[in-house]
Amino acid sequence: MSTAVAESPADIKERNKKLIGEVLEAYPDKSAKRRAKHLNTYDAEKAECSVKSNIKSIPGVMTIRGCAYAGSKGVVWGPIKDMVHISHGPVGCGQYSWGSRRNYYKGTTGVDTFGTMQFTSDFQEKDIVFGGDKKLGKIIDEIQELFPLSKGISVQSECPIGLIGDDIEAVSKAKSKQYDGKPIIPVRCEGFRGVSQSLGHHIANDVIRDWVFDKAGEKNAGFESTPYDVAIIGDYNIGGDAWASRILLEEMGLRVIAQWSGDGTIAELENTPKAKLNILHCYRSMNYITRHMEEKFGIPWVEYNFFGPTKIEASLREIASKFDDKIKEGAERVIAKYKPQMEAVIAKYRPRLEGKKVMLYVGGLRPRHVIGAYEDLGMEVVGTGYEFAHNDDYQRTTHYVKDGTLIYDDVTGYEFEKFVEKVRPDLVGSGVKEKYIFQKMGVPFRQMHSWDYSGPYHGYDGFGIFARDMDIAINAPVWKLTKAPWS
Amino acid sequence: MTETAEKIRDHFELFREPQYEELMENKRKNFENYVGDAEVARVSDWTKTKEYQDKNFAREALVINPAKACQPLGAVFAAVGFEKTLPFVHGSQGCVAYYRSHFTRHFKEPTSCVSSSMTEDAAVFGGLNNMIDGLANAYALYKPKMIAVSTTCMAEVIGDDLNAFIKNAKEKGSVPQDFDVTYAHTPAFVGSHITGYDNTMKGIVEHFWDGKSGTVEKLQRKPNESINFLGGFDGYTVGNLREIKRIFELMGVDYTIFGDNSDVWDTPADGEFRMYDGGTTLEQAANAIHAKATISMQEFCTEKTLATIADHGQEVVALNHPVGIAGTDRFLQAVSRITGKAIPEALTKERGRLVDAIGDSSAHIHGKKFAIYGDPDLCYGLAEFILELGGEPVHILATNGNKTWEAKVQALLDSSPFGKGCKVYAGKDLWHLRSLLFTEPVDFMIGNTYGKYLERDTGTPLIRLGFPVFDRHHHHRSPVWGYQGSMNVLVKILDKIFDEMDKSTNVSGKTDISFDIIR
Repeated sequence: MSTAVAESPADIKERNKKLIGEVLEAYPDKSAKRRAKHLNTYDAEKAECSVKSNIKSIPGVMTIRGCAYAGSKGVVWGPIKDMVHISHGPVGCGQYSWGSRRNYYKGTTGVDTFGTMQFTSDFQEKDIVFGGDKKLGKIIDEIQELFPLSKGISVQSECPIGLIGDDIEAVSKAKSKQYDGKPIIPVRCEGFRGVSQSLGHHIANDVIRDWVFDKAGEKNAGFESTPYDVAIIGDYNIGGDAWASRILLEEMGLRVIAQWSGDGTIAELENTPKAKLNILHCYRSMNYITRHMEEKFGIPWVEYNFFGPTKIEASLREIASKFDDKIKEGAERVIAKYKPQMEAVIAKYRPRLEGKKVMLYVGGLRPRHVIGAYEDLGMEVVGTGYEFAHNDDYQRTTHYVKDGTLIYDDVTGYEFEKFVEKVRPDLVGSGVKEKYIFQKMGVPFRQMHSWDYSGPYHGYDGFGIFARDMDIAINAPVWKLTKAPWS
Repeated sequence: MTETAEKIRDHFELFREPQYEELMENKRKNFENYVGDAEVARVSDWTKTKEYQDKNFAREALVINPAKACQPLGAVFAAVGFEKTLPFVHGSQGCVAYYRSHFTRHFKEPTSCVSSSMTEDAAVFGGLNNMIDGLANAYALYKPKMIAVSTTCMAEVIGDDLNAFIKNAKEKGSVPQDFDVTYAHTPAFVGSHITGYDNTMKGIVEHFWDGKSGTVEKLQRKPNESINFLGGFDGYTVGNLREIKRIFELMGVDYTIFGDNSDVWDTPADGEFRMYDGGTTLEQAANAIHAKATISMQEFCTEKTLATIADHGQEVVALNHPVGIAGTDRFLQAVSRITGKAIPEALTKERGRLVDAIGDSSAHIHGKKFAIYGDPDLCYGLAEFILELGGEPVHILATNGNKTWEAKVQALLDSSPFGKGCKVYAGKDLWHLRSLLFTEPVDFMIGNTYGKYLERDTGTPLIRLGFPVFDRHHHHRSPVWGYQGSMNVLVKILDKIFDEMDKSTNVSGKTDISFDIIR
């Protein structure tokens, strides 16, 4: 049974209200007013989360958010494996984001793929004073010399670039011309832009539109289409997620022509306008380019959720519904094929996890998308929130959460600690910065950005791993040892 | 075969299954515009040549896989060493998320730090309001005893003036007038994380000793018998500082660890999260002015701080991350000379035990070639120990090393017959080292986690010593300083040597003639 106290929805709502009131009391008045808009309880009658989102974080509160650079280099661009991504500016940003996101890829690193390398212009004072454009030009020359198999270069701007007036677009254009139209792509994702990673996603999407699609010309003219071509959009292949998804789509008879962007290549980006359907996992980070492809190339898109058998099954049918009977039958075949395996996983783990309560705080899609997977295991999500969601994410969330779920947008370190302390869930799923705080409090934890270096969690093959990992976390013997017998 | 519930296979095994290998192969063949195995092999081989090395070393602008981070990381490291001190980084907020993640991945511990969350409007108008609100919020929520402010490159480029801003914030009532807010400008485009450590420590020294930005009288130094100790930016800070305290206590020395983060990065799991734990008290930080001398374990990490301390009339002693017999001897002799306390028999015995262990094992290290990379002082200390063990530190590389450091390490190499033919590389990165490991191979490499990519590419076994170490747990809890710490380093080196011996002799019926049970 859960250690969290079971209460009626009315009791829970009352408790949450009190709890929100308590945490707000700790703030100076001005900040309490601002934070109040981001905290609420989901009320099934109102059918909305009733929180404000995508608003500047308050200074000094220990927001968990990152920046636009993290959204562009770390999320959207970084996983494109056959390009060199320059962290343009001082050394730190590239260093801290080096290899930490586990966007798996296949390739010979340093030769034809570059995903786990850190390329930086390592700005010095003179570059700030005199500008870094010359240096950038030279860097591109040196990449060309040392990495001849690189298929493109992106320039990921760090804070100073936009402040010192560098013209990275001019440098990129000139160099692209010099190197026979090689894609050299400037990205204005300076960390001070916007309020979180989110603007970085948007900027990166827009850059793909302007610097990949618009410049690809006739590159994909020879691409032979089939009626079953789809592109996976918004799967970063963390721990191999995109592969565990792709395999199902292929098994049902579809042809996946591109992965955005986990294990992705520039050729796949360029060919995507040839897709018949874009299937979108992380709505937050890639809805922009998906909508653009709909408008410009007439490619329809559908959102899907590959966490846990219930949602996978529904998603496979939803995707198949856009195709003919062959694919619809394919979907049913795939669902039937994996059913025994899913039943076995649930039979093994559900008794160990039944009734356990979970609090989440993650990024793009997971604060809602993983809820179904927990429910497949008999678990209940009692609180959830997003680092960088917009209102449309919270709208989508209402389809997943139960009456009385505590909702916290851009939660601060203080709030999250207090919420968990009072709600006492059996598991917290959040990021590495939060992990050890809750474990010290005696609350089991799983990293839900990096899968705690496990994975994949997507697809049928991923669900067994997800179930195993939640069991490992919750039922570890260590949680019974936190109190000394004499204290 | 698909996944089964009996044996769950994750990424380690799953993607080696034929259905996934086929999936990846088809993806590559049909959609990736792949150049082909032959071309990849050709270029891969070319990157191993002297020709490639020459091009690689001709680089003037591009930096690849550097072994350094940026200043504010060092600022956070220094700040959390003081009692209930909250690091506050003025500038963009994403930086703080990165520092917190980076330390947490190394220590497997929380790292508390706040940002002033500056965005576009602050870029235009300056970050004063962010400072005013930020200090007020941080003070109200996290109830620190002190806030240590540093800067990201954004705040530096627009030229925010920390001293004026903090003054202003205090006037607005963000924190009480007499609340300790130290500050240091820590531009990421100057130096590295060790510079940020230095600037922050200097800022804290100046705050407490020189009248807290003109708000109180400067302290008058009244020399006493105590000594101050500065560890520098150190991935082993938890184990090392505890070892240093044990040594000082054995010697009966009156000491102040200036910046003691050994507890905050090693808190217990007992049901309570301690945002702050241990640390140098603010009273100790102020009283440190009266000490007889300050000893720094890392010269290149504390240049400005030591200069400031020297200006206040103290003797300063700068070491270079001493590891091994001679290095530890120098450290203890310096402490003994300054304090007048004899080196106790217990430590002399520890020394003897380390000599004994080296004597037992050095045959396995003698003549072995090593590559060492990392922070300048760490490189020096490890190189000195390798020489002492009869090993040859063939390549010594510090991306954040300067010419002075290079000359100093060269002098060390010149002092030993084992240093002949060894070379020092200041300002080079791990992609340079990759070339060196192909053209002038060594037996082992010593450095942080990022060396695992070099281990994969060049086959050079990696001995993990440095910062960060993300992919091994709890190493930071064991010291690498003192005779006992040096013993840990010795064992680490030997373990790798023996593991490699076993790995190269474990094929039954082929290589296992030498698969000995006794080594």
